[in-house]
Amino acid sequence: MTRKTTVAALVGNPNAGKSALFNALTGARQKIANYPGVTVERKAGRLLLPSGEPVELVDLPGSYALDAASPDEEVTRKVIMGEQEGQARPDVIVLVLDSSNLEQHLVFAQEVIELGRPTVVALNMIDLAERDGLTLDPAALEAALGVPVIPTVAVRRRGLTELAAAIAEARERPEAAHPAPRPHVTLPERRMLAHQMATAAILSETARHRIHARMDKVLLHPWAGPPILFALLFVVFQAVFTWATPFADGLEALVGGLGDLAKQTLPESLLRDLLTEGVIAGVGSVVVFLPQIVILFFFILTMEATGYMARAAFLMDRMMAGVGLSGRSFIPLLSSFACAIPGIMATRSITDPKDRLTTILIAPMMTCSARLPVYAVIIAAFIPNTRVGPGVGLQGLVLFCLYVAGIIGAMLVALVLRRSVTKGAASGFIMELPKYQLPTVKDLALGLWQRAWIFLRRAGTMIFTVTIALWILLNFPRAEPGQDQIDASIAGTMANGLAVVLEPIGFNRDMSLAIIPAMAAREVAVSSLATTYAVGAEDEEEAAMALGAQLRTRWTLPMALAFLAWFVFAPQCLSTIAVARRETNGWKWPAFMLAYLFALAYVAAGITYWTAIAAGLG
Amino acid sequence: MTLDQLPIGTPARIAQVDWPALVPEEARRLRALGLDEGARVTLAYRGVFIGRDPLAVEIGRMTVAIRRVHARAMQVEPLAEKTSA
Repeated sequence: MTRKTTVAALVGNPNAGKSALFNALTGARQKIANYPGVTVERKAGRLLLPSGEPVELVDLPGSYALDAASPDEEVTRKVIMGEQEGQARPDVIVLVLDSSNLEQHLVFAQEVIELGRPTVVALNMIDLAERDGLTLDPAALEAALGVPVIPTVAVRRRGLTELAAAIAEARERPEAAHPAPRPHVTLPERRMLAHQMATAAILSETARHRIHARMDKVLLHPWAGPPILFALLFVVFQAVFTWATPFADGLEALVGGLGDLAKQTLPESLLRDLLTEGVIAGVGSVVVFLPQIVILFFFILTMEATGYMARAAFLMDRMMAGVGLSGRSFIPLLSSFACAIPGIMATRSITDPKDRLTTILIAPMMTCSARLPVYAVIIAAFIPNTRVGPGVGLQGLVLFCLYVAGIIGAMLVALVLRRSVTKGAASGFIMELPKYQLPTVKDLALGLWQRAWIFLRRAGTMIFTVTIALWILLNFPRAEPGQDQIDASIAGTMANGLAVVLEPIGFNRDMSLAIIPAMAAREVAVSSLATTYAVGAEDEEEAAMALGAQLRTRWTLPMALAFLAWFVFAPQCLSTIAVARRETNGWKWPAFMLAYLFALAYVAAGITYWTAIAAGLG
Repeated sequence: MTLDQLPIGTPARIAQVDWPALVPEEARRLRALGLDEGARVTLAYRGVFIGRDPLAVEIGRMTVAIRRVHARAMQVEPLAEKTSA
């Protein structure tokens, strides 16, 4: 008789090291999707039992208790109880405990064990506990809890085989058909028990976690902490520009070479033009930004993995409170620098609904990685690569200013919103500051690979489609001899109509043309410009010019600056709007978001343009 | 003395918490994190600028960030011994 695939679920407090354990147990064979109906991420992977039999392992969101407070915790409760749609009830529960935080984590652990289901405890991060001067006795804990306890170190792959064996064994244990009626245990009683169990399991304990205390002394210092945070963020943005350059140049050369190759080998035809002008010029111009996106995500993932992200939230809380938000909003907003979609999804950890709504509404103003290609192309074309100080380039500085403009805009909008449409009680801030940890290369690499793959898939599907559609709109109907192809085309006609509205803020026809398809994804603006100038080129030599050079001959500096200002604010991404709709359960707030962001973008671009003209930059 | 008035680094016991003064959701979260009557806590850090908000409280081997409003609802009794910091 074959039986259905066993399902095991990783359950535990936040910061118990569940994700690292999940990565170690399943390797790169992971599937990330959403639970139906809710936007909580479902992470599942395959774990092999010693017998070679595969088990589906699900990583559940961290919880402090089974009586759910946030949507994340609600999913954890439902999955454990077998009430979550689209998820089989787990056969085995793998309870993950942080070895150096036993007393805390044993409170939730008792609640889970009381369910009477086959359970295995992973005494995780035991190496960190040892580093902190704790010596633990897993056998004593096993006796106290009544379920198998396996010491593990996810990052060093210690205890993983033992854990897999324990899961296989736990599966065979019959589940109590009718679990004993749960004795009514109160929270103080559980806490008392947790204290007793932890004390019994700790063989020896030396002075407290010194390293963390010492690091926090500097990083959370009232005066030293914030400058360190800002310096770090500045380094991130400089790195995004400078470290990526050699890789981006390499990719650009590759794309150019590919285009030349296609031109030489294929006979001259409309199909060849589609391939070179549409596919290679369009998609290629977006793919060259992969190095920058990888670098940005590298910093964000590192800050998360080391535990510094929570410190950043702590440091930012006072400032966020000034505009009516809390430090909790800082994490979704910082993630929005990579992409507003995970950022908006991360707002689910904000318990106050008004707070959460405000954060969702301002998240699109954080400069996401999709704007980076746009900024990068324009900055590289119009801002001279000079040094304004030791290690500080003018291009990096302008990029930094664009990021700051988005942040200041977001803060001002939050301030206004919290006093008008999202008025409510001031929000609180309660958050665990996890231990500092060295990130592991493997977890980091896996996270980067997932992000890079999402970007490439977007380039390969959505951007690919939009670029081809635009190329067709640009090429038909064909121009009469002597007529400009773009003016004759459908896209040109549309852009000429839009240009009437956008002319007062300095936009020319090509810029108006670029922002239409950029609604699908911001970086498409770059591929659109590339395709437009490739189609519009009057001879081969002009067509071969790099996009930057093309822009320099066709745009003035005030126009370029206005274009940048537009992209700081404009809601140029339909996926973000769609996610906002899902997260706010209706069209009201996304519609509001679209309206206010377009208004801001228009005003900002206009002010920038006319200021630059007045300053004589034109 | 309330928790926000506790000198940094002095261990104390939470004697009484004015739960009705707190938002129910937040009260639940604080309790889930172990910030409850009888808990041993140490104030580790105070935030930046005026208001000196938020606070970082050490409870067991965990550090929890809370706002001053929360700390103000918690009556504490300083314990005699000093930490070895």
